[in-house]
Amino acid sequence: MDAKVVIAKRVAQLLKDGDVVNLGIGLPTMVSNYIPEGIDITFQSENGFLGLGPAPAEGEEDWELVNAGGMPSTILPGGMFFDSATSFGIIRGGHVDATVLGAMEVDEKGNLANYKIPGKLVPGMGGAMDLVVGAKTVIVAMQHTQKGKPKILKQCTLPLTAKGEVNYIVTEMALIRVTEEGLVLEELGPEATVEDVVAATDANLIISPNLKRFGVEE
Amino acid sequence: MKNKIISIKEAVDKIKDGMTIMVGGFLANGSPENIIDALVEKNVKDLTLICNDTGFPDKGVGKMVVNKQFKKIIASHIGTNRETGNQMNSGETEVVLVPQGTLAERVRCGGNGLGGFYTPTGVGTEVAEGKEVKIINGKEYLFETPLRADVALLKASVVDKKGNMIFNKTMKNFNPLMATAADLVIVEADKIVEVGEIDPEHVMCSGIFVDYIVGGEK
Repeated sequence: MDAKVVIAKRVAQLLKDGDVVNLGIGLPTMVSNYIPEGIDITFQSENGFLGLGPAPAEGEEDWELVNAGGMPSTILPGGMFFDSATSFGIIRGGHVDATVLGAMEVDEKGNLANYKIPGKLVPGMGGAMDLVVGAKTVIVAMQHTQKGKPKILKQCTLPLTAKGEVNYIVTEMALIRVTEEGLVLEELGPEATVEDVVAATDANLIISPNLKRFGVEE
Repeated sequence: MKNKIISIKEAVDKIKDGMTIMVGGFLANGSPENIIDALVEKNVKDLTLICNDTGFPDKGVGKMVVNKQFKKIIASHIGTNRETGNQMNSGETEVVLVPQGTLAERVRCGGNGLGGFYTPTGVGTEVAEGKEVKIINGKEYLFETPLRADVALLKASVVDKKGNMIFNKTMKNFNPLMATAADLVIVEADKIVEVGEIDPEHVMCSGIFVDYIVGGEK
């Protein structure tokens, strides 16, 4: 199975019935395709609505209704549009249960860097700083390494998006929980061994005594 | 009743070199494209821009970035317009990145008579540099100041002749906030209707904030 699908499926299983969830651009957006049956999630789109639905069918795009990536989207019954101040009031106010976003680097303290590589790539933080600080649970969804280089580090080297806010790191190789004691390897991906994960991680990992393999079905 | 409807030419004549402008829209969704085109043609220079993002090279305020009309840009995201990054790296344009929720709230404060606010967003990051940090109920907050502009350029779907506005779907974003935070407010309407045609229950932003209305041809 494609690594991104493995990650999206595992993240989807972390969400709880009734949660309000914000998904970042790219891989995190895929999570909405794999919400388990019977679980009702309200997706928030920080450009200004609750009730984000699936992408529209080809030919039915409405450019007055876009997602936070600027692409045509849909709104589900029960949804609502609002302005940007209200949107971030919802986010900072603790009304978003979980946010799922990508990372350039994450470290042992739950620090996250994902908005800037000085001198090279400076897209800006957009809504990420508010989301990571405001959401009750912060889930980083990313491939374990970047061109073979670890992205989970002892300490982030890039400018931080937020300090100590990450709760979970989900990759194709592992589910890692960020705790006061450090990073706890709780689950292995479908094809990974503990040795593989340790080798691909540049941080101390505490191996959970209840280490499991995460179930993602085809 | 004062006639607020003017031509696009009359509108852009009010915008002079060196002014600070706020432009509504999120990745150009809800941006006044016709006013932007007229500003590109008029070629006003050395402007300061306050906008969520710098759009795309061929869409939204991005067209003015490509035309090198800004000396300073205050935005949350510039990643969809390579030209902004180029001008930042060459030193031609000063770029100040502000977290999206902080940007929205700064504009809201600017229009609501407030002297600023404390936010948890950006604590422990480069955004905190030079800012007052206050501990409130055991949690760290940054002090952020209000933003105002000389001119706000908005986009609305339906505007009555008093300037009362309806924004379709996600086009609301920063528009109703910016309506309150500039000395001169110009709204580009898709459709202009008579006063009374919009039910007061459905007005999303009052015409008391609006000085001039352009467009209405759609």
